[in-house]
Amino acid sequence: MKPLRIAIFLICAVPIGVAASLAHAADAGAPAPALALPTATGETVALDQLKGKVVYVDFWASWCAPCRKSFPWMADMQKKYGPSGFTVVAVNVDKKRPDAEKFLQSTPAAFTVVYDPAGTTPTAWNVKAMPTSYLIDGKGNVAMVESGFKDENIAELENRIKTLVGSK
Amino acid sequence: MDKHSMRNLLLSLAVVIGCAGCASFNPPQPWEKGELAKPAMQFDPEVLQARFREHTYVSKEGSSGGYGVGGGGCGCN
Repeated sequence: MKPLRIAIFLICAVPIGVAASLAHAADAGAPAPALALPTATGETVALDQLKGKVVYVDFWASWCAPCRKSFPWMADMQKKYGPSGFTVVAVNVDKKRPDAEKFLQSTPAAFTVVYDPAGTTPTAWNVKAMPTSYLIDGKGNVAMVESGFKDENIAELENRIKTLVGSK
Repeated sequence: MDKHSMRNLLLSLAVVIGCAGCASFNPPQPWEKGELAKPAMQFDPEVLQARFREHTYVSKEGSSGGYGVGGGGCGCN
């Protein structure tokens, strides 16, 4: 009976493993996957147009509490480093646009917000938690991935932004 | 093939097919948990009352834990 059990386990485990390894990852050091999404006014923001700039891509949703916490910080970073070639692109993944609009009324965004209700970009970028942010250097490579906007990582994130903006 | 081994074969076949069903199951992705994050989706709608009850239960039964995980379903806790 034992070999049968092992066989059953393998049959079940292999497809799961294959599915997990097929996912494209936006890992640190790798080139950032494509991103081209519309803003509220309809103009498209594409990542390859922003080459040469340090970009902070943030995936957020109206129902996500840490996202709300990250907004003032992102606005602060945009204000501080925007003039030296830094930009925040916040990708909203709400299925319903009014949810996002309601969030933005109470939590104003002083940076670029684009919308992806279909969720194709978070799939391509392999977002594992909400929020997940990707710091992308001037060459279009992922420099740092931050899952969940944790207090203890904020200082390091700003340091990385500062160095990337400075080394451009 | 006797009756016994036939039954074993059918049983293991059922298990294998059942497992294959699990492999194709797609749980909601982190960015698809908007509905799950709604207050109505909580196990207990009254947080304070639940904590009070839990406190009473713990002190009466002398046991703690096993109440599931708290959080908004965003996968970040």
